[in-house]
Amino acid sequence: MADDIKADVGQDIQKSWEAGEVTRNGQRLQDYEFKAPWKQVLEDGTTITRTTAWTAPGCHEGCSVFVHADKDGKLIKVEGDPENPFNQGRLCPRCFCVGDVMYHKDRIVHPMKRDRDKRGQADAWEQCTWDEALDLCASEFKRIAETYGGNTIHAWRGTGRDMGWQAGRIAYTMGSANEYGCESGISCYLPRISQMVMTCGGQMLADYAQFHVDRFDHEGYEIPNCAICWGCNPTDSNPDFQMGQWLTDVMRRGTKLISVDPRLTWLASRAEIWLDLRPGTDAALALGMVHVIIEEDLIDHDFVDKWVYGYDEFKAVVEEWPPSRAAEVCWVDEQKIIDAARLFAEKKPSNVFWGVSVDMCASGVGAAMAIQALWILTGNLDIPGGMVMTTMPFGVFQYQSGGWGIRDLPEEVQQGRTGWKEYPMYRFGFTLSSPDVALEKAEAGELKGLWIQTSNTLAGPTQEVLRWREVMKNVEFCAAVDLFMTPTIQFGADVFLPVACWPEKSGVRAWIYDVSTINQSVKPVGEVKSDAEINRLLGQRFGEAGEHYWPWTEEEQIYDEILEPTGFTYKELAEHGAAYPVFEYKKYEKGMLRPDGQPGFNTPTGKLELYSTMFEMFELPNIAHYEEPEWSPVTQPEMYKEYPIILMTGARSKVFFHTEHRQIEALRQFDKDPHVQIGRKFAAENGIEEGDWVWIENPRNRCKMRATVDDHCASDRALAPHGWWFPEQDGNGDNPYGVLDSNVNLLLRNNPSVYGFGSDIRCTLCKIYKVKEEEM
Amino acid sequence: MSRNAILIDYEYCCGCHTCEVACQKEHGWEPETWGIKVHQLGPHRYEDLGDAVVYDYLPHPSDLCDLCGSRVAKGELPTCVKHCQTACMEYGTVEELAQRLERKPKQVMFVPR
Repeated sequence: MADDIKADVGQDIQKSWEAGEVTRNGQRLQDYEFKAPWKQVLEDGTTITRTTAWTAPGCHEGCSVFVHADKDGKLIKVEGDPENPFNQGRLCPRCFCVGDVMYHKDRIVHPMKRDRDKRGQADAWEQCTWDEALDLCASEFKRIAETYGGNTIHAWRGTGRDMGWQAGRIAYTMGSANEYGCESGISCYLPRISQMVMTCGGQMLADYAQFHVDRFDHEGYEIPNCAICWGCNPTDSNPDFQMGQWLTDVMRRGTKLISVDPRLTWLASRAEIWLDLRPGTDAALALGMVHVIIEEDLIDHDFVDKWVYGYDEFKAVVEEWPPSRAAEVCWVDEQKIIDAARLFAEKKPSNVFWGVSVDMCASGVGAAMAIQALWILTGNLDIPGGMVMTTMPFGVFQYQSGGWGIRDLPEEVQQGRTGWKEYPMYRFGFTLSSPDVALEKAEAGELKGLWIQTSNTLAGPTQEVLRWREVMKNVEFCAAVDLFMTPTIQFGADVFLPVACWPEKSGVRAWIYDVSTINQSVKPVGEVKSDAEINRLLGQRFGEAGEHYWPWTEEEQIYDEILEPTGFTYKELAEHGAAYPVFEYKKYEKGMLRPDGQPGFNTPTGKLELYSTMFEMFELPNIAHYEEPEWSPVTQPEMYKEYPIILMTGARSKVFFHTEHRQIEALRQFDKDPHVQIGRKFAAENGIEEGDWVWIENPRNRCKMRATVDDHCASDRALAPHGWWFPEQDGNGDNPYGVLDSNVNLLLRNNPSVYGFGSDIRCTLCKIYKVKEEEM
Repeated sequence: MSRNAILIDYEYCCGCHTCEVACQKEHGWEPETWGIKVHQLGPHRYEDLGDAVVYDYLPHPSDLCDLCGSRVAKGELPTCVKHCQTACMEYGTVEELAQRLERKPKQVMFVPR
């Protein structure tokens, strides 16, 4: 996909040149100037630098900030940048604590190595030089590639964002196409985005005026009539490139909120309508709502006639889903489903702020197809305040999902990517490996070398903690890039490479709305280096592959190359500040979505496909549909008697980024121990009080957390957080830093859908009971 | 001279902890030292009261709050107000903020000492 985008963009440049327009890669820059200088030095020697707060530690936002540093280059404080349209000065608690991370006593700031036979021994690490560490990595990975083949080297990466392309590109350099995070079915946006690309030709996103520098004052922008917050708790989670508080911004300006959430979240408490569905039944609810929209003729017929393919086939499916049936499946009041459908459809614009709960059930792709029908049928597409089709700013594609250079690998290496053979969607455009297939290959002895780029796999993403831990033992060589010692690295790595925090490094952030730079604003601690620089230095040790993938003699040249389509150099953009292209609505009418320049959408039929021709070609279910979770009250009525609670996991924390920040006291003060949310009635009936330690158990395993007793959850459901480990505990042995003690992933398993995307992560069964005193 | 205050629209406080951490960092305080603390009420769902829901957060400036005097002297906003993620906090004189109390319910004005 990446290379195709570049080719399309090339045509745009030519068109704009022919038209004599002053554009940057076919797109005009919005007209504005930031008043504050990007860098200034005060009389007392304090330097104030504008930068983008983007990894490490991990972040899915990239807010604009000013870093204040003293004359010795030490961070004094971080301030929000009020001129920046994205965050408008606002910050979350993590930005204020970046100094606590950088200068933490436990941070590792020099490279280290350890003998393979001393894995799991916390005191066996020896400090070494960068050259020693990188030479060792190069010789071991070369040996493994030559002995067993490049694809036996896997690159794991976290979701921190400015380390996506870096992890992929170093894997390709080593001759491997295998790069992924270990979450089953890549159940974090990929199920939604991959199906959007297949059925609609691109990513659609709710419009909260974030595309415009003047935000809500932008001429022509309309405040949404209704926003559905679906399977998302954005004011806590700030999901990918969407500041959660944009939702409260529009609510204050009159938008009516519908909350689709199994829990009584803070947003649900402020919603006009709260649909408290049974976890994992999202598709059924959406089909019921669509039924109302069709039945009551709330459809935008002009739009559907012109731009929608497969309406009749879709309608035939929806006819089987009257709201009464949806109500029965979802355990939601029927009238509420009807009211919600009417509220959404009665007036334009309306939009959906959706989240990973949709992805975190095996039927996630089918659910996404059903939910998007809400905005497609009502014509809420690519209009101000609706669901807009996104493009890359100035055609810059920063490869957050990796993939930069994967097509340069020999065909047979690309076909050795796990999931290539098993799942057609992994072949068409998507460059990550299937983690589910990777685990099976690894267990069959086909994983020999492991590169870990800021992924605390045992603590965070994987639903197969014990299986991956076992596999790690047999890996011949493992090197890891991170800020702190983690359970994953302590358990299984041989080399530790210390990474820079965002104030210590340079970089680029580009996705969807704008392009901005990450500007080094403090003196780096010890010998840390950025992800890009670590990988460049390692990559260049790989002969011809190194020359191909890492031709740059210094780091900044990488960013000049990424930014090349914008017409800015890295330095010019740093001085300019975030660059926003003019955003166009109704691009499908203007021939702006297809490579051939014709009106319509970038799909085989040129339309939004409610009946997907691509999925049909792949012989996959190609219309919205509902499936029960593997373990639900419906599919497992007997088990449900013993395990009467539906268990949700994976909700994002207000203060931690996934597995990170547990050693940062200023953040841990808000969340000292893992807490499972249980209902008041359930707690009273089972003698559980606030703060009690409880077991969460199902036939797969159990884990221990403290109870939070309130009405977030009704008595039939519970929410347990992921990502917990205890840096203050012992790192030696098979359970480093207590990573297995409160690990809710032990109750899950890899269970990808037929598409290879989506898995039952937020909808399984469990029971919850008090921990006995002798078990503490 | 008129007194200064912070007006909080607690309909929109989402309990994100930004004000608490921003305050600690501005003043160089350790964790658990609160210049402002967010209280949580709920979530409670009262089935016997027509399914009424109570769920609010309320930031409460403590006696340690100096309304960021040194920032304000430089023409800046108190750090909690500036960085609040839902922008539910305002800084001003008691007089002008008192008038703003009229505009909608679920607001509270704090006048730290």
